Amino acid sequence: MAQTIIDTANHIAGYAAKAARVKVVAAYPITPQTTVVEKIAEFVESGKMDAEYIRVESEHSAMVACIGAAAAGVRTFTATSAHGLVLMHEALHWASGSRLPIVMAVVNRAMGAPWSIWPDFSDSLSQRDTGWIQFYCADNQEVFDTIIQTYKLCEDEQVFLPAMVCLEGFILSHTYMPVKIPDQKEIDNFLPPYKSGWILDVNRPFSHSNLVSPEWYMEFRYMIQEAMENAKKLIPEIDKEYGKRFGSEHGGLVEKYKCEDADLILFTMGTMGSEAKIAVDRLRKERLKVGSARVRVYRPFPVEEVGKLAERAQMFTTIDRHISFGMEGFLATEVKASLFNQKDSPFVAGFIAGLGGRDVTSETIEKIAKKSRKWMRVGKVEKETEWVDLRE
Amino acid sequence: MSAVPKTRKEMPLTPLSYPTVGSMGKTGSWRTFRPEINYSKCTRCIICWVYCPDVAISRQEDDTPKIDYEYCKGCGICANECPVKAITMHREEE
Repeated sequence: MAQTIIDTANHIAGYAAKAARVKVVAAYPITPQTTVVEKIAEFVESGKMDAEYIRVESEHSAMVACIGAAAAGVRTFTATSAHGLVLMHEALHWASGSRLPIVMAVVNRAMGAPWSIWPDFSDSLSQRDTGWIQFYCADNQEVFDTIIQTYKLCEDEQVFLPAMVCLEGFILSHTYMPVKIPDQKEIDNFLPPYKSGWILDVNRPFSHSNLVSPEWYMEFRYMIQEAMENAKKLIPEIDKEYGKRFGSEHGGLVEKYKCEDADLILFTMGTMGSEAKIAVDRLRKERLKVGSARVRVYRPFPVEEVGKLAERAQMFTTIDRHISFGMEGFLATEVKASLFNQKDSPFVAGFIAGLGGRDVTSETIEKIAKKSRKWMRVGKVEKETEWVDLRE
Repeated sequence: MSAVPKTRKEMPLTPLSYPTVGSMGKTGSWRTFRPEINYSKCTRCIICWVYCPDVAISRQEDDTPKIDYEYCKGCGICANECPVKAITMHREEE
């Protein structure tokens, strides 16, 4: 029977792994992720979850253990943060290149040095080009739903790629919210057992992902790109089907809020998207036509949807909880790139906010929106990238 | 196991290599130095067979080692390990 529980996003991620009937979990603790794998350990030890729980000596080993298990044909899960994720970097390429649909919760935490345990997207965004699909969640319900949806997506034969389900440390990870957990039988109907694209077989041994000559390598890369494009088509369909069955939908690739008549659209990712909605409501009371577009999926990037939003809006504002040093926020770069070959595309202003866990409230976003509107009216972006609330 | 694919559609998701002899070609052509066994000195201890990283030394029924020159890359590990110096390395053109 479906039930509503009140718990942290980390524990909810554990509930989702259990509901997805994950068979192998390889775990290494790191703040703020630790309580994800602690919850799963509790489920496995108490017999509530039928899974092999592998305690490894590093995050690199955690990912490699997941690769081995997925290659043996079972559904796998792990979770990590920041330095743990970056230590996995090499293995992340192996997972996607071997086309193994591993799902990993990334509890976003800013990268050191200097040390931080608070959230920004510098950990997961630095893994942009590893061939992993990336989701960013705005609340605990979305964490649960996205993990279930992601298995469905990644295990589709048109995709066969791994995915990160990203959630910001502390803002979500350690915050209690009510979450609806659907009936297990209904989840099983939605998410059938995993059928791999290829499987290790002791009776017919082979090695996988071996050396390929220049004559063959490009095609394997192209097939990953193709799979990403397929994922882009499937994500909204899966989200819609999930919503029909279980009552919660999250906007597919981009969660749009009051964008239809907006002349200014605020682009965010993760929890800033929830704050942006509150800001939009307040701005609307002042009769300012502002909308919010929360990019839920960063890879594959929703180029077409961003392009469609540009048909009416005069100005796009991106708010990045990340900085690509020497350039700008990644979201700013991607949004601009999505518009480049489009006629009469809007101005794009980039704002950097909330690094290392600094609060980004609806008031912060309101302030950003008002500054953007000023630039929109004069028809000139005065500053390509503006750092919000920066000490002088 | 399966034939070489002609188009991308026939390709697997990731390359799967079934064990075959010489899947990367005959690596003996890489050799600069050629190991030669002096069988009158050889004690059949099979240490060379143990150490050969390319499995290019086979072990006969009476433990006589035999080098497969089609795959031996000439790394010289066998010559280095041989306790009675029964294996010596010679330049290929000599």
